[in-house]
Amino acid sequence: MKVIGYSDKLSAAPGETVRFMVHCQLPTYRVDIVRVICGDTNPQGPGVKEQVVKTPVNKTYRGRRQTIETGSYVTIPHCPLLETLNSFSFQAMIWPTTPGRGRQVIMSKWHDRDKSGMMVVIAPDGSLALVLGDGRGREEMLSTAHPLLAREWYFVAVSYDARTRAVSLYQEPLVKYPLTADAAEVHTTAQTEGIGKNRAPLMFAAFRSGRGRTVLDGKYDGKIDSPRLANRALQRLEMEMLKNGPLPSHLGNAVLGAWDFSRDISSTRVSDLSPHALHGETVNMPARGMKGYNWTGEVMNWQEAPEQYGAIHFHEDDLYDAGWEVDFTFTIPATLPSGLYAARLRAGEEEDYIPFVVKPAPGQEKRIALLLPTASYMAYANEHLATNTALVELLAGRLVPLDKYSLFLQEHREYGLSCYDTHADGSGVCYSSRLRPILNMRPKHISALGGVGSSLWQFNADTHITDWLEAMGYEFDVITDEDLHARGVELLKPYRVVLTGTHPEYHSKQMWDAMSAYLNQGGRLMYMGANGWYWKIAYHPTLPGVIEVRRSEGGIRTWAAEPGEYYHSFTGEYGGLWRRQGRPPQMLVGIGFTAQGFDISAPYYRLPDSFSPRAQFIFAGIGEDEVIGDFGLIGGGAAGLELDRADRQLGTPPHALVLATSRGRHTDIYLVVCEELLATYPGLGGTENELVRADMVFFETPNGGAVWSAGSIAWAGSLSHNKYNNNVSRITHNVLRRFLDPTPFA
Amino acid sequence: MLTVYRVGAHDSQVVDEFLRKPIGHHSPALQRVLNVFRGEPTAGKYVLVCTQPHKEWVLGQLSGERGKPVKLLKGQVFRSLEEAERAVFRRRWKKYTGNDLG
Repeated sequence: MKVIGYSDKLSAAPGETVRFMVHCQLPTYRVDIVRVICGDTNPQGPGVKEQVVKTPVNKTYRGRRQTIETGSYVTIPHCPLLETLNSFSFQAMIWPTTPGRGRQVIMSKWHDRDKSGMMVVIAPDGSLALVLGDGRGREEMLSTAHPLLAREWYFVAVSYDARTRAVSLYQEPLVKYPLTADAAEVHTTAQTEGIGKNRAPLMFAAFRSGRGRTVLDGKYDGKIDSPRLANRALQRLEMEMLKNGPLPSHLGNAVLGAWDFSRDISSTRVSDLSPHALHGETVNMPARGMKGYNWTGEVMNWQEAPEQYGAIHFHEDDLYDAGWEVDFTFTIPATLPSGLYAARLRAGEEEDYIPFVVKPAPGQEKRIALLLPTASYMAYANEHLATNTALVELLAGRLVPLDKYSLFLQEHREYGLSCYDTHADGSGVCYSSRLRPILNMRPKHISALGGVGSSLWQFNADTHITDWLEAMGYEFDVITDEDLHARGVELLKPYRVVLTGTHPEYHSKQMWDAMSAYLNQGGRLMYMGANGWYWKIAYHPTLPGVIEVRRSEGGIRTWAAEPGEYYHSFTGEYGGLWRRQGRPPQMLVGIGFTAQGFDISAPYYRLPDSFSPRAQFIFAGIGEDEVIGDFGLIGGGAAGLELDRADRQLGTPPHALVLATSRGRHTDIYLVVCEELLATYPGLGGTENELVRADMVFFETPNGGAVWSAGSIAWAGSLSHNKYNNNVSRITHNVLRRFLDPTPFA
Repeated sequence: MLTVYRVGAHDSQVVDEFLRKPIGHHSPALQRVLNVFRGEPTAGKYVLVCTQPHKEWVLGQLSGERGKPVKLLKGQVFRSLEEAERAVFRRRWKKYTGNDLG
């Protein structure tokens, strides 16, 4: 891919401006703003549909390269105090995750061009080392030569006396194993006579090898806790006194910095407890709220014992903001109707889309809103499941298809990870940002998880809904999760009906509460998919465009949060499944996640409840024995991929009607979700287990509102069959038409 | 490898079933073989690279390493997914049993 971009926001109202950042390896590229109607390239379906919108930004632009630098670190600005540094000591508690993966910096005060300053590193052989630079192009490394073990806590310390050139290195494991030589104490003499001065920042977890943004080196994987810097060579006993607690007064003049990462965990700030106030900040969002070397196992919440959460986990592949320069800006015209749009970029044969939502102007809302699940898009942003893991071919029951976006992401790891990925060091990715190109949030994208047929997932699957709304002649607004989080129920109030996307999986507390309030106030919700309201997330309280997920306890997970790390660092809220917090999705929408499989889909069959007079409007025009949705672009049926079921015990309202089900019709690729399994047992597949099913549900809510829930991610893939004239389309249409009618339910 | 089951000549009764219907409902005996085949580790795992969406695929193999490209296999171009499934099944059958399916 030679042309790629992103925008600074996912949604904007008329009058607001969206900034677009573009990387282009060709001399020029063409931009057109398009309304996205359908992004499905499957020739069996309605085809790709987009309409060019005439705007002043539709023109040709000069291409330029923009790069991304991953890797998180702490940076502390240079100050005159640090310039006086000559003799010194440095110490920290560390938990390295990839010792042996090249030279990795614990702390640096280093200028690479003239090799001035010093660095405390893990040497390429995995041992603790001190690097000294004389400022005249000569550097010297002194190591313990004993490799550290991965995922073990160590006290590491170094000291250097510029006058005597005496160097000491201490590498002390907190847990000692017999027959394991990972402890070391080295006293030696350096050749370097005084370290070269520089004006580089003091950094933890990396050093800067030149000017500009993209020149990080020595990126570290692992945790650092309680780093301390002193202006002379301390004795080992003095180092011991600095490990924790208040700074001893007799060392007051020696200590230049004593950083406490347990302060301001929700922020990017890093606090120095010494009188010198050498505060810094984190870059690229390393993981915080991480348990430290002194975690006892008796406290699970970082807010209750922050002193046990003084670690930051740095990763060489962390990324928050790609930080590209702006290439063009688009101010939403007052006349542009709300909807799903994209900046279409074309350069030669190359093409990319940067999708964005145009919200309605306040007071100009239509009666229908499509709530685009942008939090879920962010959780899945640039996921590498098909190339990082061996599981997808098993889950999909077929060979994994890879399109240009997946191939590009396999090669270009600098575009960052999703909350489905693990970091290169094996730890889970708990943050995901949209301030970078999200290449699986694109029209025309094919996903390995999307079922046989069109193979769509998340964003592009949701264009089956926009396509159907357009084809049926409905006028609708598009709004996003991020808007819902920010504005709460006020965002939803103007609408008679809110439709979800196919897979609205991730919700903050604010989003959950807003939807609940909307339904209690007479709102009508059409839940057009499955696996909704599953994970709890947090948006960062001040930083734009980033979410947090802690994969605690249970649920379908591609990684598991470490014990003691279940609380969001952004908000202090307990993370994990909403179900584990007393809010199963059944409480809100009548159904909740029950099974998944990604090969072929199944149809629904009517249940006795569908003949209730209360459900008559839903099945108008549908035969008594009619099989529903035995066709479709996603797996060939309306019930497929991820499935939800009704369950009174999990909160399905007692008066809910269970209208139809796909029970007994799925392949054995479909399996019961793991949170249902208190014990393992044979017969968990779709041909045997009664929990493997999609249930379609309807119920009335207080004050005249109602909920209709499809129960399957594949539902929307059946809407366009036979030119939109089919029973899936009819049921959806029947529900939407009645939901638009203000006559109260119940 | 995710399974310990050893595919052998004794599994040959599932071959016709697979060739008839590579994707969809399968007998337990065929599924057990597919769990071995489709559960192969990422290094060298077969994938289908979409060269023309929904029209043409080229057989590829994952590198198993982050950042390292997918290897495209020369001449292995398919116009249907089922045709590709059968071709990969034949390759894997040969690998695990030593026998050609013909």
